[in-house]
Amino acid sequence: MPISVAFPTFIETMTALFQMFIDGRIFRAYGDTLQPLLVGVGISGVFGVIFGVTMGLSRGFQWMGEPIFIVMQAAPMAALIPLVTFVYGIGLAAKVCSVIILAAPIIVLNAYKAVRNANPSLIQMCHSFQGTRLQQIVKVIIPDASPMIFAGLRLGVAAGFIGVILAELLITPTGVGDLITYHRSVAEYADMYAAVFSIMLFAAVTVGLLERAEIAFFRPERKKRKDA
Amino acid sequence: MSTQPAIQPADPTTPSIVEVEGIGMIYPGGTVALEGVDLDFPTGEMTTLLGPSGCGKTTLLKIIAGLLEPTAGQVRINGTPVFGPGPERAFVFQDFALLPWATVLRNVAFGLELQGRDKAEREQIAQASIVKVGLGGFENAYPHELSGGMRQRVGLARALCVDAQVLLMDEPFSAVDEQTRRLFQEELLRLLGNENKTVIFVTHSIEEAVYVSDRIVLLSPRPGRVNRIVTTELERAGRTADEIRRQDAFLDTVEDIWQTLKEYLADERMTE
Amino acid sequence: MTIGGIRIPAAFSLLIWCAIWEVIGRMEAVFIFPPLSSVLVKLVHILTLNQFHEAAMISLFAFSWGMFWAVTVGVGMGFLMGRVESANKLLGMWVNIFASAPLSSLVPVLMLLFGFGQTTIIITVFLFAVWIITLDTYAGIRHVNPSLIEMARTFGASRVQLYTKILFWAALPEILAGIRMGLIRAVKGVVIGQLLISVVALGQMFARYSRSFLLEEFWALTLILFVFALGLSAAIGWVEQKVEYYAGTRN
Repeated sequence: MPISVAFPTFIETMTALFQMFIDGRIFRAYGDTLQPLLVGVGISGVFGVIFGVTMGLSRGFQWMGEPIFIVMQAAPMAALIPLVTFVYGIGLAAKVCSVIILAAPIIVLNAYKAVRNANPSLIQMCHSFQGTRLQQIVKVIIPDASPMIFAGLRLGVAAGFIGVILAELLITPTGVGDLITYHRSVAEYADMYAAVFSIMLFAAVTVGLLERAEIAFFRPERKKRKDA
Repeated sequence: MSTQPAIQPADPTTPSIVEVEGIGMIYPGGTVALEGVDLDFPTGEMTTLLGPSGCGKTTLLKIIAGLLEPTAGQVRINGTPVFGPGPERAFVFQDFALLPWATVLRNVAFGLELQGRDKAEREQIAQASIVKVGLGGFENAYPHELSGGMRQRVGLARALCVDAQVLLMDEPFSAVDEQTRRLFQEELLRLLGNENKTVIFVTHSIEEAVYVSDRIVLLSPRPGRVNRIVTTELERAGRTADEIRRQDAFLDTVEDIWQTLKEYLADERMTE
Repeated sequence: MTIGGIRIPAAFSLLIWCAIWEVIGRMEAVFIFPPLSSVLVKLVHILTLNQFHEAAMISLFAFSWGMFWAVTVGVGMGFLMGRVESANKLLGMWVNIFASAPLSSLVPVLMLLFGFGQTTIIITVFLFAVWIITLDTYAGIRHVNPSLIEMARTFGASRVQLYTKILFWAALPEILAGIRMGLIRAVKGVVIGQLLISVVALGQMFARYSRSFLLEEFWALTLILFVFALGLSAAIGWVEQKVEYYAGTRN
């Protein structure tokens, strides 16, 4: 049964959003939310890329790692978020952990696939000029894999963001999750909708910027064609 | 990779800098790509491996380059057996194999970079090579800004930089259009005229083979075997490209080779 | 990986991970990881519970309805965007935004509008799955070799024939891939929806186990869901393999 058919108008929602900007609530909220997100993505990014690249280069690591990470990517890892509180309580660590759970699999798998799919012709060319394995990895494989690795990081940010929001909704309210839960509890629906809207907006902008960066740094040929 | 004894520099009196003996190649799954191939490649000459698809010519070239390990037989350079790539051989790839994120200059210098030469030295050598292949002015361009023909020049420049004695070219002109291809053939002859290298060239075009090379090795497919060796006896000195292509010797040799190749293609004809 | 010359497929590494789990559990080293064996025992037990059957039926019902609509609307929109340029211009940006947006944050809103029941879950499943299905269908249609379409036209194909005999089949590999991704996202949607609502079906069971620190039951329920998600993925993968024979040579 519906709690209430609470549908504030678009104008009411935008007004509430504007209010939030003015009194700074939204900045504080995002400040709280972004902390575990950045820490979590940072950790998953560094270790995830290293592990994914290792999996791509070593048969042994690939054998051990590929199935389990594929499982982690397909499975609803969100189900594990409530579990996290048992170990880390309800603080920052729990939220960081939630981010890592959701972000790491996709970062690892993208890095792994990128290395595995490195251009074989280039690798052979390097071999023909007697490049050592180390030179091959550093000068050919990693640069060739970089666009896909970065794409993985972008997807990891999106997934990690979901993780931190879920943690805020499920474990303990802080940041933006709190904005949602609080305003719902006091029936200030326009504010609640405004908070949700801000999340969608934030995600769209961030992902869009990351995509731009990806094209600018890693895919100059795409950039040129877009102008042409 | 096993360490191999140092290759002696090319002795001009050595008749054949590259020798191939008893080469066989069987791919996992059972396909016999090559069988019992014995060949000598005379020093300073351009030899072409010619044949239809599936005759193993690229496989043989990559075995000579050390990029593939044969299932049987041995490759010798200057009399010494080799088991992998080496500084005396340079390879030019069919799909160019350029680093898309690097400039022309860095691409051309890449072979030297892998050898550990320092930046100033290798850029100087690369610069000279770039001018030699006619790409002067494009040092800072990226591969995606170049046409197919220009990209192949980069690949060729890169191979010339390392000053190898043997140049291995895998259908280098197949990815460019016909007109550019003819120009390339002429330019290649001019370029190599001054270089005194031994060249092993792979192509499926009869005209190309007869135009550029001194010797043509015809390979028959399934399994790849040496069928015939044809020596071209064209008079190149003092004639223009078009004159060469109209010589009787040229036309007769092309026709002769075509008659030989026709036999292997009999299986692939459409049934009446 | 080969041992003694026998190739061992990578999936076997999962067995090693299970063994590691078992050992860690026995050592009682980490509180949240009870031994795999006791989790499996509880898993079998849960499967017999009436409460689980009810919860599973409710969840499956919502899941199936949501997926049905997601596939119908998704494939439809994908076709539309792929064939009608104005639709692409209009919808394209939004579909892309929603495909990578944190849809979980919409669930509280949905709860508000549609209550704590089935409807919300169905809509959640739909929203989680539909965007990627649309995008992949669109990509499939876009990548149909133009020569195939021209060929059909030269033989006088009507529009219906073009869609049913050429476009659908040519785009099918991508459509199936999209449905597979959609299924995975839909399972996540069901789980997240129920976790957030928590007074219904599986969400309720999760909440109870969580509150009472019944870790083995919690893991058992989680494993059931994981297996369900992977099973679905494998099933669609099997169908995808059936069309794989032509997927590579379409150009």
